[in-house]
Amino acid sequence: MTEPLLTPVLDDDGAPFWGYAAQGELRIQACADCGELRFPPRPCCPHCRSFGSEWRRMSGLGRVWSYVVPHPPLLPAYAALAPYNAIVVELTEAPHIRLVGNLVTAPGAPLDSFPPDRIRIGARVRVVFGGEGLPQWVLDGRS
Amino acid sequence: MPGIKDATAVVGIGQTPFAKQLPESEKTLACRAILAALDDAGIAPSEVDGLASYTMEETDEVEVAKAVGLGDLTFFSKVGYGGGGSCATVAHLAAAVATGQATVGVAWRSRKRGSGPRPWKNTTVQLPTPAQWTRPFGLLRPADEIGMLARRYMHEYGATRDHLFNVALACRNRANQNPAAMMYERPLTREMYMTSRWISEPLCLFDNCLETDGALACVIVSAERARDCRQRPVYVHSAAQGLPAQHHGMVNYWNDDPLTGPAWTAARHLWKHADFTPDDVDVAQIYDAFTPLVPLSLEGYGFCGRGEGAAYTEGGALEIGGRLPLNTGGGGLSEAYVHGFNLINEGVKQLRGTSTAQVPGAATCLVTAGEGVPTSAILLRN
Repeated sequence: MTEPLLTPVLDDDGAPFWGYAAQGELRIQACADCGELRFPPRPCCPHCRSFGSEWRRMSGLGRVWSYVVPHPPLLPAYAALAPYNAIVVELTEAPHIRLVGNLVTAPGAPLDSFPPDRIRIGARVRVVFGGEGLPQWVLDGRS
Repeated sequence: MPGIKDATAVVGIGQTPFAKQLPESEKTLACRAILAALDDAGIAPSEVDGLASYTMEETDEVEVAKAVGLGDLTFFSKVGYGGGGSCATVAHLAAAVATGQATVGVAWRSRKRGSGPRPWKNTTVQLPTPAQWTRPFGLLRPADEIGMLARRYMHEYGATRDHLFNVALACRNRANQNPAAMMYERPLTREMYMTSRWISEPLCLFDNCLETDGALACVIVSAERARDCRQRPVYVHSAAQGLPAQHHGMVNYWNDDPLTGPAWTAARHLWKHADFTPDDVDVAQIYDAFTPLVPLSLEGYGFCGRGEGAAYTEGGALEIGGRLPLNTGGGGLSEAYVHGFNLINEGVKQLRGTSTAQVPGAATCLVTAGEGVPTSAILLRN
């Protein structure tokens, strides 16, 4: 068995995101004063400069904004799965909020489970949570 | 307002050989490139009082200065964001010399990226990207991060792999004219490009820069001093850095418009302080760690409109005789990848008239640094 996949290296600003993800919730930081969403999380609102923030629950629906299919040379754990996909998802209720992730066939399925040649920009996707506390994405509905 | 326009000039350039593996250390290579540049200028090392390099440079000012016997230093600066800092090293020295903080400045970069480790393999060091949001998902390397933008760019504007090939081919053709280039004797064909292995789809092997051991340096003095130097002066006409509002580094997926990168910000400042326009640029050295950076930069620096960068490469536009001869030493794709410093020195060679792929009568050159990260650019003229 090779070394495991990388886990998020948390900082103070990002820790709540991962805490909610571990509970199966996709939450994005929002300003407690002006209400604007912001990602990646940071201490101060770039719109109104407020230091107050809250974590707003998202629907978990989005669309594929772009994707790549990495091939070796890669870190060993990823090379073992290559070619796999990495996608950027724009959230339906806030298209300027975009999350990097993986398109998989089912919650907890590996990075290489979805055939790369079937990925399309614009495809509707839905967040799911596998065993590792990382958000993953599956195709949503008929798309 | 007194500015830096034409106040300083590059009067010396130096470089080591470029290879996948050189036996000497980065420190030794740095010393060799710096001494070669000073010799080219005809300036004694003891006259140097200013230095500039990259934050990723491993050899610091103390080591350089004591090894090659520099004088008392009164200005030294390091610029961040990897290859985004290349032109800023010249810009910082130009500003320092123009304002009297130094009289002889040396900028340099030495790197054993050919035989040394790949930075992305070090998972304990956080590169200036928000790694927690990308790396666990297998978005590991700069090629993956830029590949993501490239795919979106191709989707939005109809750019194709043939457009990226146009960039790779122009660089390779110039390298085939440059005996110092790593790819001097290695022609590239469309067949080779289209059948090469993937690195991160949509980017293949030939969309990626070389892995190089080597070092380069250049010398900057005042325009007045430049007239007494050994070489024809190449003036720093305009210079800019660029870190756009709400920019996120190489994974710039989180601002409103990820396809307008730092080049746009640097360009606005660069042209505002210039006496000429993109139409007047005779030759360009555009940072090419990955082929998609070229169409993105062509748009950012105003050679064409938004979304037109890929089409701009058609019809031999980037070749000698085309409307914008590109990376005439071979660039990072085919001469050497030393964080873009070879692009600076090649710009100087063009304006001296000594390039191995000389653009006849070249009088103006744009040199750019890494796009997709906080960047920098300079306009050179003779």
